[in-house]
Amino acid sequence: MSHAIANTDNWAEVKAACEAVLPKHILDFIEANHGQAHSESQLIAILHLVQGHFGFLGQEQMHAVAQLAQIPLAKVTGVATFYHYFRLQPRGKHIINVCLGTACYVKGADKLSQRLMDELGIQFGETTKDGLFSLESTRCLGTCGLAPVIMVDDQVYGPVSPAEASLIVDKYLKKEKGAKAEAAKA
Amino acid sequence: MSNPVTEFYQALIARADQTLAERGDAGKTVIQIGSATCEHAAGSLDVMDEFLKHIQSSGREDIAIHKTGCTGRCSKEPIVGVLTPGKPPVKYERVNREVVHKIFTNHIQKGILLPEHALDGSLEEEYQYELIFCEGQRCGRLANLKTYFESKAKEAGIGRGVVKIDTHRCFGTCSGETEGKATHILVRPSKVIYRVYTEKDIDEILDQHILAGKVVERLAIKEKPVAQNFFDLYADVKFFNAQNRVAMRNSGIVDPESLEEYLKFGGFRALATSLSKSDPEWVINEVLKAKLRGRGGGGFLTGKKWQFAAANEEKTRYIVCNGDEGDPGAFMDRGMLESDPFNIVEGMIIGAYAIGACKGFYYIRAEYPLAIKRIENAIRKCREAGLLGENVMGSGWSFDLEIRLGAGAFVCGEETALIRSIEGERGQPKVRPPFPTTRGLWGKPTCINNVETFANISAIINYGGDWFAQVGTQASGGTKVFALAGKVKHTGLVEVPLGTPLKEVVFTIGGGVLDDKALKAIQTGGPAGGFIPAKWSDMEVDFDPLAKAGSIMGSGGMIVLSEEDCMVDISKFYLTFTQEESCGKCTPCREGTTRMLEILEKITSGKGELSDLDRLERLARLCQQTSLCGLGRAAPNPILSSLKHFREEYVEHIVDKKCSTKKCVALIRYQINPETCIGCTVCARNCPVECITGTRKEAHVIDQERCVKCGQCFEVCRFDAVERI
Amino acid sequence: MTDKMINITIDGEPLQVPAGTTVLKAAEKLGINIPRLCYHPNLSIEGACRVCVTQVKGFNHFLTACSQEVWEGMDIQTNSPEIRQARRDIVELLLDNHPKDCQTCERDGNCELQKQAYRLGVRERHFEGQRKRYPVEDSGKSVVRNPEKCILCGRCVRVCAEVQGVNNLSQHGRGFHTVVGPANLVNMDDSVCIQCGQCVAVCPTAAFLEQDHTERVWEALALPRDVKHVVVHTAPAIRATMGEMFGLPMGTPVTGKLVTALRRLGFDAVFDTNFGADLTIIEEATEFLSRMEKGENLPLLTSCSPGWVNFLEKFYPELIPHTSTCKSPMQMMSTLLKTYYAEKKGLDPKDIYVVAIMPCVAKKFEAGRSEHTMADGIPYTDAVLTTRELGWMIKSYGIDFEALPDGEFDRPLGVSSGAADIFGATGGVMEAALRTAAVKLTGEELGPLDFVEVRGVTGLKEASLKINGVEINIAVSNGLTNAKHILDAATAGGKKYHLIEIMACPGGCIMGGGQPYPPLDWDPMDPEIARTRAKALYDIDSHKQLRRSHENPAIEHLYAEFLGQPNGEKAHELLHTHYNARMPRGIR
Repeated sequence: MSHAIANTDNWAEVKAACEAVLPKHILDFIEANHGQAHSESQLIAILHLVQGHFGFLGQEQMHAVAQLAQIPLAKVTGVATFYHYFRLQPRGKHIINVCLGTACYVKGADKLSQRLMDELGIQFGETTKDGLFSLESTRCLGTCGLAPVIMVDDQVYGPVSPAEASLIVDKYLKKEKGAKAEAAKA
Repeated sequence: MSNPVTEFYQALIARADQTLAERGDAGKTVIQIGSATCEHAAGSLDVMDEFLKHIQSSGREDIAIHKTGCTGRCSKEPIVGVLTPGKPPVKYERVNREVVHKIFTNHIQKGILLPEHALDGSLEEEYQYELIFCEGQRCGRLANLKTYFESKAKEAGIGRGVVKIDTHRCFGTCSGETEGKATHILVRPSKVIYRVYTEKDIDEILDQHILAGKVVERLAIKEKPVAQNFFDLYADVKFFNAQNRVAMRNSGIVDPESLEEYLKFGGFRALATSLSKSDPEWVINEVLKAKLRGRGGGGFLTGKKWQFAAANEEKTRYIVCNGDEGDPGAFMDRGMLESDPFNIVEGMIIGAYAIGACKGFYYIRAEYPLAIKRIENAIRKCREAGLLGENVMGSGWSFDLEIRLGAGAFVCGEETALIRSIEGERGQPKVRPPFPTTRGLWGKPTCINNVETFANISAIINYGGDWFAQVGTQASGGTKVFALAGKVKHTGLVEVPLGTPLKEVVFTIGGGVLDDKALKAIQTGGPAGGFIPAKWSDMEVDFDPLAKAGSIMGSGGMIVLSEEDCMVDISKFYLTFTQEESCGKCTPCREGTTRMLEILEKITSGKGELSDLDRLERLARLCQQTSLCGLGRAAPNPILSSLKHFREEYVEHIVDKKCSTKKCVALIRYQINPETCIGCTVCARNCPVECITGTRKEAHVIDQERCVKCGQCFEVCRFDAVERI
Repeated sequence: MTDKMINITIDGEPLQVPAGTTVLKAAEKLGINIPRLCYHPNLSIEGACRVCVTQVKGFNHFLTACSQEVWEGMDIQTNSPEIRQARRDIVELLLDNHPKDCQTCERDGNCELQKQAYRLGVRERHFEGQRKRYPVEDSGKSVVRNPEKCILCGRCVRVCAEVQGVNNLSQHGRGFHTVVGPANLVNMDDSVCIQCGQCVAVCPTAAFLEQDHTERVWEALALPRDVKHVVVHTAPAIRATMGEMFGLPMGTPVTGKLVTALRRLGFDAVFDTNFGADLTIIEEATEFLSRMEKGENLPLLTSCSPGWVNFLEKFYPELIPHTSTCKSPMQMMSTLLKTYYAEKKGLDPKDIYVVAIMPCVAKKFEAGRSEHTMADGIPYTDAVLTTRELGWMIKSYGIDFEALPDGEFDRPLGVSSGAADIFGATGGVMEAALRTAAVKLTGEELGPLDFVEVRGVTGLKEASLKINGVEINIAVSNGLTNAKHILDAATAGGKKYHLIEIMACPGGCIMGGGQPYPPLDWDPMDPEIARTRAKALYDIDSHKQLRRSHENPAIEHLYAEFLGQPNGEKAHELLHTHYNARMPRGIR
């Protein structure tokens, strides 16, 4: 019986499927690092890019990163779950980060946290039902002179009293309502 | 004989001067606005916007806006400086759009100053000249010259309104030769530093400069010393006077994004010096002489570390800047990375040259986006200018830098964990030895230094290792930047010479305890540190004394605790942090911190037993002795330290089931004073568990069994009838 | 380069050791066995468990013996009161986060954690609090995970990454909530796991175990003879190692007692997988020589290791055409039992229950592959018992193994050559194949017997042979990281290889995932274990009359009566299989 050399390799399909779930700039980044010394050390940078684009690290995306960057998937997920900056669940549109570092704690971050939890109706690590806000706690943001501090997306606010925290949330709500109205008009 | 490095440097300076000249800011009024994270958080972007609007509508072309970094005076941000040529620089605090309008219409348009908005009341005293006498180790020996000046000035009838006299630590102008023979005086706003030897010199200054307005050229020193620029601008602010700005000398002065400005302020002169000598060993020796000890908290002699790295047979070597700064309460590194990034880069390049590294990495935590941006910008500009990449400054040596991001793991501040993180792994430390200087990144010799360590390098090269060593103590040279926070009036970044008494930092610079409460303890070193009880607050702040007292220097976090703080609660706070940040690799830290935390929870919720203290100490000793890395070994420090100095608080929590500071919620008892209660029922309606009974107009009662100690009743009662005991 | 000698003191005893020796190894020279849990001689140093801490003069904190290299004048205490207390506390902390079911745990009597707890005198429990809670993941056909019993020593992660090159396992999460498992903590069978069971072999506790088949075998054995004809066949590696489970010295061949024990358990017929091994050699040698003639699809890669086959399908699917289409000896045997044997006995294959005793955990997965089922969905192999499982069954029954008289395999499917016996050792398949191929190539009846070039337990061996003018470049690898090396070299285009034997388990089948845990005074994966066990097999081989597979009269008879030609149509239908690229795709 002859043994013809058939193409039993599935790499082409696997590669195509992976490339389909990542945006071009991330594919380019992975490609640029191909063949470089210690290319596997770019894993954390790649995951930052993925989270920066999608807002979290989805399973499909992590699988694609593993295959395209040639890093074992268990290593990818092991790294993703080790570092608390990475999220494996989608987050709300706006991330409210309450600093629970020493200085903020001493200046009343717990009361601030309670107010936000009451206001938003969620616990730390959760997202509001309308998908607008996620509440997270962070370790020191390095803005201790303004304790207690919260960070909404990239914007740092401090010092924030519980009352001021409510006002900040309202501000974002208004902005969202306004944007929605604009979109509805268009 | 020409040296390619020196030539390169001269050309670079010339180009920078030209660029700055072309900007045409000379002679303009400069409005200086802080642009680091704290400033942005406090609203400095709005301030900048408002100034731009005003300038535009005024049509004036002689006003320039200048971005700077953070001076460290965080609680007064946004701070705006108005620098009019020939006049003393004025700083305003807590500026917002309204105040911008006032500043512009009064000060800038009409020259009317606004003392009510001045930073720390620095405009309260009007004066023509400020004389700042150096009180450093070398110059301070001639303190009699200051007394002489004061008496002479009094004689001449020169009083307030003309001359203001202050002291300061060290300008960096002294040397072995001047020691004990001369002292130094900075005169503002003349921007001149005098070196005076005798009383005759003082007379001359008084007559020629103060009375006649002419600088005494023969006494003025020619070189610009380390902190002059800073004090030209900020010396009138009390917060800064007892400080000594070496690592942070450019923070708040220089535009962090401008290479030209950094060059103008003496940038890359140290690198040029180091490279032109073609002798890496000379660099290492200078750093050894300086007695610079690792500012990340390890306190290991930097020169020695560099020696170990340089001594390897393996030629591929790496240098890494540890910008992970994970200690809660610490923000010194962020301040420096955002405010003076070129200085850190310069320090790193010098270090790389000294150890023979070919590649360097900045490991910056992802939570510092602005720091990352500023360093990225600095690296890019350095590459463009030939300060990084192939043939650095024409020296023939090549070196480049890359940024690697952290991702939210405190343990990655530990050297071997940091290495693992750069390698793309879980940030779990490795057993040492081998030490990173022998086998580090990808198995090659690697030198990891803290941001602040690098920030001091250019000063050491420019002013000499000997000079640096004498600012500080016998064992440790130089200054340390502290992040002063907690129950203190003035929070912010404070840089003082090592050996400064703790209480000077807290009281003289920090303004004392918030609300003038009694000082209880000073916590140093972040979650790995311990508590210095108030009775020891005159302790000199240095690596060894702090370690002996059961704490550590750490990266520089300094938290002030008052009588309102519960030591058990604070220890629990730190342990909660450490337990969450434990990487999980080794048994004692992973399991031990959890069990210790459980014991502390037990104690603070009123279920503690005295045997718990024994178990706590046993676990603490286990973690100290058997953990794999510094995180685990130091995790019990707050507990052991608080048990040593404040054991009675623990006993009170356990035996009396009481927390005197009322911080431990479960131990607070809420009860209604029947004599004060009028029966308005507001508390009962607000109680989340409905445990308050009572009808209208009758005194209410809290059911202690069901009370969850939320404190709502206490908050809502308008008659102060709810008592917390 | 001279090996500098260092002078140290351990517990007051002076000692001289070469530079680079660790404290752990130095202490062993004095006969002191420092307790350890995460240390493993064949894996990188982790230093995670901290059990091996020692007190060194001049240090405030304790240093781990496994990682610390000695220096001149080092003064070490291994048993001071402080050290004893520290070790006791560490093991106690591990126990405080561990299920309290020692009495019913499968590792009872053989658990390293239990051994250390007893040895260190953990009597009281001081630090009880919350415990980690995870469900048992037992959907795996070969490997079962129980994360609550994990002490996070990291051995499984290291063996899967360093020795097997599979990298299926990683620690996930951080701190107290760290848990070991495949990516995304999916079920083992949905991951890139290749089922080799090395994780099971190195695990100090019961966090990793094989999938239990003993229950179903007890059930089958309990059925009346006329309802189910239960037959068993046993792999070569078992006879070299079963004795260890009953306290016999390592390396004692116990073939005869094994057969008797199986009969006592109630099996209706006891056959020898070796027969299947001989059969495999005939088919594979024929396949090999045909390829050599045509110059096609070389090198030929062996296919009897199911862990390797899984690795092939997930990591190197492009090499499928190179892999021998021969089924493994186990599957050839089981197939014959449900066809040839069924016919001969006049039984309906549905009424035959085939049990295979294997040193291998991946065989359980192999038994369930769709390629190894009959037309009506009945698998050829119904159950696979590891050496450990069979040993437990014998003990559970109460059979006194050591006192058993020797028995003999049933014929004809129990007759085998010595070439079959050595399958259990790495290099054994290669040697067996060469014995037959050499005869075919030279035409001489008595060809060479001992190909010592391929013996030895090192991970990768290469040799160049010239048989009758034909150059044959061979390689033998065990442990899949070594397989990667040889496969990458073979496909790089430099040297041309002709025949490569690949075994998934480091050391070969005798070190398989289902083998007895070594006695507690042996280091697991000590290379001596592999050598000692392998020696038993080579001894059996050298004492047999029948040394070459093709000389096996039962095999000749089988072809004549039933199969026809080697590689012929019927042989292909029954004894050959095919492979497919499988997901998830592994990262090389």
